[in-house]
Amino acid sequence: MNTAGHPAPGAPRILTTAQAIAEAIGQEMERDPRVFVMGEDFGRYGGVFSATGGLLERFGPERIRDTPRSESAFIGAAAAAAVEGLRPIAELMSVDLFGVCMDQIYNHLAKNRYMSGGQVKLPVVLMTAIGGGHGGAAQHSQCLYATFAHLPGLKVVVPSNAHDAKGLMTQAIRDDNPVMVFLHRGIMGLPWMQYQEGASVAVPETAFTVPFGQAAVAREGRHVTIVTLGLMVHKALLAARTLHTQGIEAEVIDLRTLVPLDTQSVLRSVGKTGRLLIVDEDYLGFGLSGEIAAVVAEHMDEVALAAPIRRLGVPNVPIPYSRPLEQAVIPSVTRIVEACCELADAKLKAAA
Amino acid sequence: MTKPPPDKLLWMYETMLLIRRYEETLAQVYLQGKRPPDIPPGLSFDIASGPVPGEMHLAAGQEPVAVGVCAHLRETDTVVGTHRSHHVAIAKGVPLDRMTAEIFGKVTGLGRGKGGHLHLFDPAHRFSCSGIVGASLPPACGAALAARLTGSPAIAVAFLGEGAAKQGIFHESLNLAGQWRLPVVFVCEDNRSAIPGAEDRAAAGASSAERAKCYGIEGIAVDRNDAIAVYEAAAVAVDRARQGGGATLIDVKTECHFGHFQGDARVFQPTTGAGEPRPHDPIATLAATLRRRKLLDDALDHRIRQRAEGHIAAAFEFARGSLYPAASEATEHVFA
Repeated sequence: MNTAGHPAPGAPRILTTAQAIAEAIGQEMERDPRVFVMGEDFGRYGGVFSATGGLLERFGPERIRDTPRSESAFIGAAAAAAVEGLRPIAELMSVDLFGVCMDQIYNHLAKNRYMSGGQVKLPVVLMTAIGGGHGGAAQHSQCLYATFAHLPGLKVVVPSNAHDAKGLMTQAIRDDNPVMVFLHRGIMGLPWMQYQEGASVAVPETAFTVPFGQAAVAREGRHVTIVTLGLMVHKALLAARTLHTQGIEAEVIDLRTLVPLDTQSVLRSVGKTGRLLIVDEDYLGFGLSGEIAAVVAEHMDEVALAAPIRRLGVPNVPIPYSRPLEQAVIPSVTRIVEACCELADAKLKAAA
Repeated sequence: MTKPPPDKLLWMYETMLLIRRYEETLAQVYLQGKRPPDIPPGLSFDIASGPVPGEMHLAAGQEPVAVGVCAHLRETDTVVGTHRSHHVAIAKGVPLDRMTAEIFGKVTGLGRGKGGHLHLFDPAHRFSCSGIVGASLPPACGAALAARLTGSPAIAVAFLGEGAAKQGIFHESLNLAGQWRLPVVFVCEDNRSAIPGAEDRAAAGASSAERAKCYGIEGIAVDRNDAIAVYEAAAVAVDRARQGGGATLIDVKTECHFGHFQGDARVFQPTTGAGEPRPHDPIATLAATLRRRKLLDDALDHRIRQRAEGHIAAAFEFARGSLYPAASEATEHVFA
């Protein structure tokens, strides 16, 4: 749903992710006059992905600041304004477009605190849209969060639902470091984009935070662990329902943040189930799935595996446009089910 | 001033009609399945559904820019378009059937269905485009440089929007073109629909045409959305490029009849919908000129329109009748 509707008195308030993000920003702007927002198309549009809907009317164009299409300039300006004591939130429509200002992000925003020997703080929030499945093709469908998680100095947040989105966004705004918030198009609740219904959940009206580095157990299970994040949490939950009918109980771990990464929750769950599937909408190579697998491999003295680790991700190709090709590369519920069934049957070969 | 000869005038008219009717047809096809009967609650428009998925940026209304510039180009000249490029592709001679098949994601498409509407590649007709704002300028500089280095008389043209003129890449490309006197023409289509918003809010200081002069290249402003006006400006720019006189930026005030993309909230510009009467439709303006000069009468106009409809019907039939690529193709063409 895209509108919260009018729930009965006392009923929990259901928000879309876009509404939850806008509420978090609005509350933090009320609380802290140093918080302001910069980005493209706030004026008449409320942000292309509606994450700032209604804020211009409340806070005016000084604090909800429309920018020209000059991303290097305004991302760099956000970093410097943060050093001066302000707390900027900057929006760039789509992570695919970040190339134009990467220097400001990876050479300056991510590194200036370190290079100044800890003298300066850069409390900047960068938020952007990610994800495919809508025919956006290679330049409008990527996730790329692992690219930014790879760079020391950036915190990386990928919520899967409206509740977490509000709590993580509030935490991001209050954090004294650069935080990148990646919002999958499919969980935002946009009127022109397919929407994962499970992403609309009860969201407390008062401000609250979800701490970074704490994964959520989206579903408990004892046979196989699915580690994932963002929109893929919902696909994993749908797969878990099917698996349940086949006698396989899958535990779904929603990482919520990549940096910091909650390795303990992953290890605890894998220790319990002995089987691990990592599901990722980002590219398979050199990314999140490799990182999680490495974490588990490094702790094989603590956790016993009953089967080899499996990974599902985009197989190192740009996201194709044509629908059957796109569906072939983005992990699906069916393939998550198949991978879990294979894992349930698989065995580690005995050591020679 | 180089006036367009009769054959060019008629070509521009027919091509503008073809572009307009193609985009109107595409707009209708694009809507198919976007509002399915079982649409989930809250969703008013689903860009992923129907025979043509993804975003759709239409250029109807901007036909004068495409035909006025491309009327001067040869097959060997390079054209680089933007995310809104069907009009330019058609004017450059990209085959309508293979372009349509690409937009449908079919294996017979220009890029075997891998690029789609935003990423049309037709090396045979020296046309390409990109979904990234501002990304058309460097490749045009590169093609122009290659022409210089290989002794080819070819030139290159980059189309860009007024939003791209605020990107760093605009300034860097103009500087390069000025420094190296590249045989390149930059064509800024100012349709006042850039995200984020109107020129008066998004630009400080001089116009794009004036800014070009700061980089040692010529700037020409065309204030009318008129094919003949664009033709005359492009004649100067293309001739300068061919004669080794260097680069030119043409800044055209044009009009986009559709929104930023199909299905958006239509807040970017205050234009009316397709098919509604417009005070200054550039096609009607050109038709009136042709009739005044006795180059066009009802019979010829009818034939031209019939021909356009025939091309369009054939292209959509080709696209609909083509197969999707096999799923195994998804992992092909990553490396040479």
